[in-house]
Amino acid sequence: MASRDEVWFDDAAGPLVRPYALTRGRTRDNRYGLDLVTLVVSVQPEVHERVVEPEYADLLWGCEHPLSVAEVAAKTNLPLCVVKVMLADLIERNYVIYRTGWRPVRNTPDMDTMQKVLDGIRKL
Amino acid sequence: MVSASSNPSRPVAGPAIDAVAVKVLISGGFGVGKTTLVSALSEIVPLRTEELITELSDGVDDVSGIEDKSTTTVAMDFGRITINPELVLYLFGTPGQDRFWFMWDELARGALGAVVLVDTRRLDACFAAIDYFERRELPFIVGVNCFDGAQPYDVDEIRAALDVDSFIPVTLCDARERASTKELLVKLMEHVMNTARLAESVPAQQARSSAPT
Ligand SMILES: Nc1nc2c(ncn2[C@@H]2O[C@H](COP(=O)(O)OP(=O)(O)OP(=O)(O)O)[C@@H](O)[C@H]2O)c(=O)[nH]1
Ligand SMILES: [Mg+2]
Repeated sequence: MASRDEVWFDDAAGPLVRPYALTRGRTRDNRYGLDLVTLVVSVQPEVHERVVEPEYADLLWGCEHPLSVAEVAAKTNLPLCVVKVMLADLIERNYVIYRTGWRPVRNTPDMDTMQKVLDGIRKL
Repeated sequence: MVSASSNPSRPVAGPAIDAVAVKVLISGGFGVGKTTLVSALSEIVPLRTEELITELSDGVDDVSGIEDKSTTTVAMDFGRITINPELVLYLFGTPGQDRFWFMWDELARGALGAVVLVDTRRLDACFAAIDYFERRELPFIVGVNCFDGAQPYDVDEIRAALDVDSFIPVTLCDARERASTKELLVKLMEHVMNTARLAESVPAQQARSSAPT
């Protein structure tokens, strides 16, 4: 994470710029294979918010309860690629834990999960 | 953005961290009713998330110069159905502009299947989506959004015009109606499962036919 006294852009550069400064343009970084429906939840945000940048603290509180990466991005109004990098930084420090979304395995369809989804929709 | 939560009576408690998260895509041309359908089913007011795309590259691999005019955003709407604390289904509307293939790939990766919504007044608007899912071999069904019930064509005529396989369900629907959209999702999941069973049986058949006699 960038340290607080590094100045990358001035205020006039707009609201998006600071998250970019924080992620240092690491938009391709996907250490943990986070995708839209990876579930994330923060661990003790009240403790860890004190040792991170404000934008990271917002993210910790944004996933105080388990949510998908897509929901965290929507909540914090940050582009997906930025949120993924910032979440990965927090995962690396063990401030956030994650669970990868369902992935199909070729030739071994997960009929059990599919059936549960179908039953769940029928009950709506 | 569609507001007014469609299902205020449903609990909105989210999933557990060890829940299985699955997704389906709601696709189709511009203004065909994708967001309307997501709102009709979602337990939360549909959310919007944005991704940055650099026009020159095929992805978001270079956003170092974000002041650059070539960087645009692509938005997608999505909703959530918490089936139970262990299983959560996300509904993602694909972006209206189908030139953002990078985003489609991210959306389609790991998806169970897709609903392609069509408006019979602009049938050709859904061809890009159908082509895409056929190429990726992602199971999909077609939902014909009957704006105000005005539907001059029957399902067979629409199927013929779209040139989709007879195995693929084509269903009339009303994207605003919860019961109708729920039925659409049921049809999609049945089709997803049928497709999976078929795929499973193909290697078995091949093994049998190639077995020494
Ligand atoms: N009468 C009627 N109007 C509908 C129906 N479905 C959608 N609409 C209206 O059509 C318009 C477009 O619907 P949206 O749900 O925003 O369509 P969309 O596919 O999300 O549009 P884009 O995201 O812009 O591509 C809205 O004004 C809806 O209220 C329908 O079944 N009947
Ligand atoms: Mg929409």
